[in-house]
Amino acid sequence: MNTDNTQNTPNPENPEQAEDGAPRVENVNPTGGVALPDLESFRKRLVNRQRRGSIWARFMSLSLVVAIVALLALAYNIVDAAFGYVLTENVIEPTEVVEFVLTDVRNDTTTDPATVDLATLGASELAAVLREYQEPRLRVYIRDFLSVVPDDEFTQAPIRESLAGSSFRGQFADLTINDLDAAEWTLILGNNIPQDRLVGLVRTEVIGERILETWSLTESVTGFAEIDEARVAAVEGQNPNARLEFRSWLNINFLISPMSTNPAIAGIRTALLGTLWVMIITVGFSFPLGVGAALYLQEYADDNWLTRVISTNIRNLAGVPSIIYGLLGLSVFVIALEGITTGRSILSASLTLGLLILPVMIVNSQEALRAVPPSVREGSYGLGATRWQTIWRSVLPAAMPGILTGTILGMSRAIGETAPLLALGASTFLVVDPSGPFSRFTVLPIQIYQWTSRPSDQWRSLASAAIIVLIILLLSLNAAAIYMRQRFRRKLQP
Amino acid sequence: MTQNGAYAIELKDVSVYYGDNLAVDKVNLKIQNQKITAFIGPSGCGKSTVLRALNRMNDLISSARVEGEVIFREQNLYGPNIDPVEVRRRIGMVFQKPNPFPKSIFDNVAYGPRLLGIRNRHDLSDIVESSLKGAYLWDEVRQDLKKSGLALSGGQQQRLCIARTIAVEPEIILMDEPASALDPISTQAIEELMKDLVQNQKFTIIIVTHNMQQAQRVSDYTAFYSIRKAEETEGKERRWGVLVEFEPTRQLFESPKSEETERYIGGEFG
Ligand SMILES: Nc1ncnc2c1ncn2[C@@H]1O[C@H](COP(=O)(O)OP(=O)(O)OP(=O)(O)O)[C@@H](O)[C@H]1O
Ligand SMILES: [Mg+2]
Repeated sequence: MNTDNTQNTPNPENPEQAEDGAPRVENVNPTGGVALPDLESFRKRLVNRQRRGSIWARFMSLSLVVAIVALLALAYNIVDAAFGYVLTENVIEPTEVVEFVLTDVRNDTTTDPATVDLATLGASELAAVLREYQEPRLRVYIRDFLSVVPDDEFTQAPIRESLAGSSFRGQFADLTINDLDAAEWTLILGNNIPQDRLVGLVRTEVIGERILETWSLTESVTGFAEIDEARVAAVEGQNPNARLEFRSWLNINFLISPMSTNPAIAGIRTALLGTLWVMIITVGFSFPLGVGAALYLQEYADDNWLTRVISTNIRNLAGVPSIIYGLLGLSVFVIALEGITTGRSILSASLTLGLLILPVMIVNSQEALRAVPPSVREGSYGLGATRWQTIWRSVLPAAMPGILTGTILGMSRAIGETAPLLALGASTFLVVDPSGPFSRFTVLPIQIYQWTSRPSDQWRSLASAAIIVLIILLLSLNAAAIYMRQRFRRKLQP
Repeated sequence: MTQNGAYAIELKDVSVYYGDNLAVDKVNLKIQNQKITAFIGPSGCGKSTVLRALNRMNDLISSARVEGEVIFREQNLYGPNIDPVEVRRRIGMVFQKPNPFPKSIFDNVAYGPRLLGIRNRHDLSDIVESSLKGAYLWDEVRQDLKKSGLALSGGQQQRLCIARTIAVEPEIILMDEPASALDPISTQAIEELMKDLVQNQKFTIIIVTHNMQQAQRVSDYTAFYSIRKAEETEGKERRWGVLVEFEPTRQLFESPKSEETERYIGGEFG
């Protein structure tokens, strides 16, 4: 190597040997005799070369335009259905109900009924409303909401059995429901059914809000004359109380009301809670497992053919259609492990989705671990850290931003999955809030899927509103994760 | 820091392989206690490789294999029953590129003591303060120990890495070109620090350097490595490093025994 280095200065006597950085000598032809194009043909070709470049650039900007148009069309489609005029009719107006409560229950004649919202009334007041307007059906409500015995035994069984778990006066324990009077039924309803469910009951059973017709946002904006004609026709025809109102299907009641057979009052409460439960357990299950597997593969396992086969197959698993995970979840978590998961429960759904996103989590975590510079490890080992101490105190914190990015990707995938949960047997009509990992479940995508498959426009509008909620949920999850990632980054950087 | 044997560390026929390739052949060296020993030689001659063999950092490279014996406190570091973690805790290392952890200055220095199980905040503060003082960094950072170690200048980062190393009180500190990424003033600070560590704080230092002036300025002993080549059958070349000469620094630079050393320090190749 010493002979190479002594030649760093150019040697004028041997110009052919001048290399790297040495000034070239005039009479040497650098192309070795091949003629390069002259200036004129160079310029002609240059025009062509530039044109080819700009054609490609135009093609690329066109692809971007197509993508943006597609996205806008999607957004328009969703928003169009989620807002617009509806023609509704109440059997009894809410103000009338409120007025009844104010005068007959509270003995308050000074308050203007229009200023009190139905949803703020107390449980016993709502029960009184039900008694006032639907007295013959009180027993039906008790049966639907509170009975724990089969429907055909309900009227014969003593309430000690039929209403086990509900509160009622002890002296009636051995009587049947038919032995009690309306006042007692009202008391049982008011004491046992949650206020929000009673609100829903009053709205369907008493107020009877119905949606006669719906219009999309576009129709509402462009064709008001036609909409008004429809209203007039309805009022003059069979629905004298019909009234037109501009409705945002996405509203607070929509978020807090459970599923219902009446689209006017149906909401996504159960699905939203279900989604939150499922996501929390899914991430709680797949995050430690994914990071753990990645750590093992990346930090502990030897780099031999076996680990390479495993790594490759984990990558492949990330591409397996989700329905297959659903079938796997059905046979393993729902059927084989029923003793643990109690069947079609939130837990089964979470474990299935957890398995579904596990490959993505592992691959991304591995990527993040691989990106940790060797200097971090060396520094730690050099101070006498064990492998585990190095991983725990240096490598993992440095890889955390990348791992969190992988988690975001995984969660975004899991939150929108429908097929595996359908295979698993998600409930399509559920009005009871999930209360824990063993509850039966439904989630937003299932709810959306269910609504979109119904024929009438009202359900389509509900589905659009639910889609907006799902998207907002997704975006805020991502935002939260990005925020966490940035915080980690900032901790790592000066 | 105790002087059990006559030498801080002793290499007997140490050869290092990367896979099937010999990187350094049969190095024999006896490093003096409480002195600075410099490793010099052309690029690729295996200085870093030998240095990393001294505290088993080569274990981190799966293809690396060490033959021969490294005797430290009468024990072969490559013998059975030796835990590399203990070796690295007693023989610390400072790297070419300053590599503070992405943590605060305090946490950087406390990293080692915490590994050893010291949890008491007060004790940790004491260690951090004395280590930073030992590394000539205390006056510059005492105000903001919470600042990220990466927010310091390159020279300060390197001194932070030295502080972090001396915080676990190793008996030998290995430094692989610790000043090559630094400006002349920071370099000078590091050189002063090394002398102080040896003279006043009783450490033994082994330093790899490309800078022969630096070797002359700081070291007591110098080991010169060079490259040997051999033609393989299919016209391929095999290269490996050997130790050419190991002498007190002044002697090596003023009257080298080997002609190769003379040409190298004369700047003829490198
Ligand atoms: N991780 C590794 N894997 C395989 N070969 C390596 C590895 N590290 C070093 N080598 C080889 O070992 C030989 C010695 O390398 P080493 O880094 O020890 O040289 P050096 O004297 O420190 O060089 P420099 O002065 O450039 O730092 C070189 O031929 C190098 O290619
Ligand atoms: Mg080196």
